[in-house]
Amino acid sequence: MGGAVRCRVRVEGTVQGVGFRPFVYALATEFGLSGLVGNDPGGVFIEVEGAAPAVTALVDAVRDRAPALAEVDRVDVTRIPVTGSRTFEIAPSRPTGSRSTTVAPDAATCADCLAELFDPADRRHRYPFVNCTNCGPRYTIVTDLPYDRPGTTMAGFAMCPDCAREYHDPGDRRFHAQPVCCPACGPTLELVGADGTPVPGDPVRTAAAWLDQGAVVAVKGLGGYHLAVDATDEEAVATLRARKRRPGKAFAVLARDLTEAARLGVLDEVSARLLDGARRPVVLLPRRAGAPVAPSVAPGDRLLGVLLPYTPLHHLLAGALDRPLVLTSANVSDEPIVHRDDDAGRRLPGLADAVLRHDRPIHAPCDDSVVRVVRGRPTSVRRARGYAPEPIVLPWPSPRPVLGCGGQTKNTFCLADGRRAILSPHVGDLDSYPGTVAFADGVARLCRLFGVTPAVVAHDLHPDYPSTRYARALPDVELVAVQHHHAHVAACLAENGEPGPVVGVAFDGTGYGTDGTVWGGELLVADLTGFVRAGHLLPVPMPGGTAAIRQPWRMAAAYLSAAYDGQVPDGLDVVRRNADRWPDVLRLAARGVNSPPTSSAGRLFDAVAALLGVRDVVDYEGQAAVELEQLADPGVRDGYPVTVTGPPTVDPPGGGVHGVSAPVVGVHGVDLVRGVLADLRRGVQPAVIAARFHHGLAAATVTAVRRIAETAGLGTVALSGGVFGNPLLLGAVTDGLTRHGLRVLTHHRVPCNDGGISLGQVAVAAALDRV
Amino acid sequence: LAHGAGGKATQTLVEAIFLDAYGSPGQGPLEDGAALPLGPARAVLTTDSFVVSPLFFPGGDIGDLAVNGTVNDLAVCGATPRYLSAGFILEEGFPVADLRRIVSSMASAARAAGVSIVTGDTKVVQRGKADGCYINTAGVGLLERPVALSVGNARPGDAILLSGPIGEHGTAIMIARGDLDIEADLRSDTAALSEVVARLLDAVPGRVRALRDATRGGVATVLNEVAGASRAAIVVDESAIPIRPEVTGASELLGIDPLYVACEGRFVAVVDGGYAEPALRALRGHRLGAEAAIIGQVRADPPGLVLLRTGIGGTRIVDLLVGDPLPRIC
Ligand SMILES: [Fe+3]
Ligand SMILES: [Mg+2]
Ligand SMILES: [Zn+2]
Ligand SMILES: [Zn+2]
Repeated sequence: MGGAVRCRVRVEGTVQGVGFRPFVYALATEFGLSGLVGNDPGGVFIEVEGAAPAVTALVDAVRDRAPALAEVDRVDVTRIPVTGSRTFEIAPSRPTGSRSTTVAPDAATCADCLAELFDPADRRHRYPFVNCTNCGPRYTIVTDLPYDRPGTTMAGFAMCPDCAREYHDPGDRRFHAQPVCCPACGPTLELVGADGTPVPGDPVRTAAAWLDQGAVVAVKGLGGYHLAVDATDEEAVATLRARKRRPGKAFAVLARDLTEAARLGVLDEVSARLLDGARRPVVLLPRRAGAPVAPSVAPGDRLLGVLLPYTPLHHLLAGALDRPLVLTSANVSDEPIVHRDDDAGRRLPGLADAVLRHDRPIHAPCDDSVVRVVRGRPTSVRRARGYAPEPIVLPWPSPRPVLGCGGQTKNTFCLADGRRAILSPHVGDLDSYPGTVAFADGVARLCRLFGVTPAVVAHDLHPDYPSTRYARALPDVELVAVQHHHAHVAACLAENGEPGPVVGVAFDGTGYGTDGTVWGGELLVADLTGFVRAGHLLPVPMPGGTAAIRQPWRMAAAYLSAAYDGQVPDGLDVVRRNADRWPDVLRLAARGVNSPPTSSAGRLFDAVAALLGVRDVVDYEGQAAVELEQLADPGVRDGYPVTVTGPPTVDPPGGGVHGVSAPVVGVHGVDLVRGVLADLRRGVQPAVIAARFHHGLAAATVTAVRRIAETAGLGTVALSGGVFGNPLLLGAVTDGLTRHGLRVLTHHRVPCNDGGISLGQVAVAAALDRV
Repeated sequence: LAHGAGGKATQTLVEAIFLDAYGSPGQGPLEDGAALPLGPARAVLTTDSFVVSPLFFPGGDIGDLAVNGTVNDLAVCGATPRYLSAGFILEEGFPVADLRRIVSSMASAARAAGVSIVTGDTKVVQRGKADGCYINTAGVGLLERPVALSVGNARPGDAILLSGPIGEHGTAIMIARGDLDIEADLRSDTAALSEVVARLLDAVPGRVRALRDATRGGVATVLNEVAGASRAAIVVDESAIPIRPEVTGASELLGIDPLYVACEGRFVAVVDGGYAEPALRALRGHRLGAEAAIIGQVRADPPGLVLLRTGIGGTRIVDLLVGDPLPRIC
């Protein structure tokens, strides 16, 4: 062959376990090239030989036509001597090399596998573990790289001849599909009672019958055990709430298909695509009036979290009942999801009446993801199954491996080496001992999987977060403490691929400030390497510290006291409702007894929610703020006036963001409370007041940001922190800033809440490591 | 009081107040030092400084705190407290009547604990340079029993005993500080523990591994010290921890965790698990241990951690707090 060339092509990214090798094999056949393709821990290696234009065409196609689940980050091509090869082969995996490849997220059952599942003639008819290279478990079953069967929890299942044939046939949909199996050789399903005794009969149909009777059935899914009940059965749902000790927070509902989903919530095109796509998160939909779910599923919520079946087992189960099911992680309160079978044996009795389980071990726990469509874009609320461990490309690569330990609530951690940051799936709250164990185990698992030993470890400034303690106890690492709100803003920068500087708005519940006080309504001038606090909500005391977070009425007391100089007006409902403790709480605030000052935006929402009678006590984080937002009348566009002071005209800031003491812009949150109170006494509807509060805060934020942007000479603004999970506020602030010519960065792939903190920590530590 | 180092008037006044209150057993008044008859036993020496605001609170004042605090430090070393010194730092203008009150409660606390205040010192500093009155006490006790107590001695299987209900001193102080209205009959638990400790040590000789009074940082901090020094786990059952309903109510209002609240008359004992019951009986036989309880056990894993089994069936880590207890919820 005159003019033949041979090239070595390295492909990095999410390229294993996604059908990449058969894809390359097919391309080589298409372009008439010889050579080989294989996996190694760094990704996929290819050697192709043939006419130069054909080789080029193959390389282009590797980039442009990659399989659906693949994510190609990088393709490197080098010329090597021709060998005169005549065939194209799949080479054995090479266990050496650097581990820059990533494991794909778990993917929902594909249409082809679904067709087999319900085809009575197929040998996998009703087999709950059917999968192929285009779908099925990945991250949750991988124990080691390269991604091959021995490195998964399928290692213990020897393939039968039929499965082996499919596995080795490059033309088959199951070519090198590591979890391939069938009823003859794969995992089996069983239904057992709470005490572990087997329940006879078809496990799925029997489980469905139990559910029909109002039982709580635990279901072993992809990333852990869930608890299921009939979503239309009030008694069953109430029982589930009592057992889980979860009084108010909404449950997600499993709908059989899009048609059923549309009966539950209002579907737009983006939500529909999310619901039945390969990632299959829980999608928060506007709840349809008369949605067929029991009141306790999502008490008083205008939204409903809906998901579609994502494994064959869920398809079978949903198909066996003509009603939606509540599907929630099997745990008590905010503890981590149960994923190990031995743990399930200990923790499920008392929660579930029966357990639908199987013998394919779950290696890595992974909760369901939660997504909401905000302003037409899918926006992550909780990032886990279907998304993790897909990497996020950092604006500035990290010279050394970095671990970010995340926050305290909604914890995730993040591992970065070079350009790619792997954000862990949602771990949960670190309050409980199981939570901290899940965190430490998760870090160890991810480090081992990617062969990364962190040299730099970033953590929150709060000295008492368990994640901070974990970081400080690590031997031989360089520690980087990242302020909470800087991490929020950095997370927003990182997911948008920008290093800053920007004006960063970080509104959340609480975070430890550099001055040892509680921050949470912050306006920063920040880039990835540092920040100055350029403005903030004026602080008020939090009477009773953490108690003021659980009891928003205390924030109403603190704000009223601040707004009216200690002379709280008479006749307020919030005072009447809390009369027995009101004077003492005012005294706590006035005397500064366990009443740390806070600039938190979340606490301002709490104060107004309590003032409006929305809620005096919360049973989960952010509840009062969520309800206040849902109360707001969308037709009202005006807001209460808010004083914004500063920056002083003297003492302009120096260049850069380091060591400059910012001229502080102060946002007077008390003005909003005064506005709310005035309207309340005029008899204005709470829905109107809630809307005016939102628009007032948004306008004040825009004013403050503009002043800071102007003083600092910046044109871009990043919005982050859990409070921006509020679409009304996010929309009003974004529109206001955009109207004034500012460019606005927001979160989409990574939650704006503390689930994004670890990414921000990693981005900051990586940026600092370059300097 | 007037500022002025060694002013004759001040000296005379202070001498008068102190001598009045303490007397002095067989010694000349206010010598620069005291000669102590110690006998053949080994002596234990300890010192502690006391700053508290307010100086007077329900159940006590800085005076009995200063005596009991040092007496208790000696007691949990296994020593019998004998002699104390008392050093005062007073802010210029501090009311003489308040000083008299403090000194007299020191005297009665010393009497109750069976110790003698044998030497002392007073300095008056400028207004604003101190907050009313600070007291330092040093104490000498005698080791009359063959004990080897150490927070590093706990081993798996040991029982954790608590001598009485938690949270009373610190909560009473905070209520006084906040000038709160809540109807809580809450008084500081300040008391000398030497007698009840002696009962325990004599009831189960050689079976008590560690003793610690739960002062600053509360029971949580003591348990962490034991777990850390012993490289063992401590598992505590929340429902077993004695606590008065008034304390529960007040700490809810104050937003504090009573496990971290200072006591001034409670101690934690780590006892050989096989002797937990007789140890408990001994404690309960004394007025200051009437509500004592076995609150948990020592385990091997996870080393260094204190775990709390909560009422709702969860398990929480009881951490040693590094900073002020600022909220952790985002
Ligand atoms: Fe936050
Ligand atoms: Mg959950
Ligand atoms: Zn498939
Ligand atoms: Zn098979």
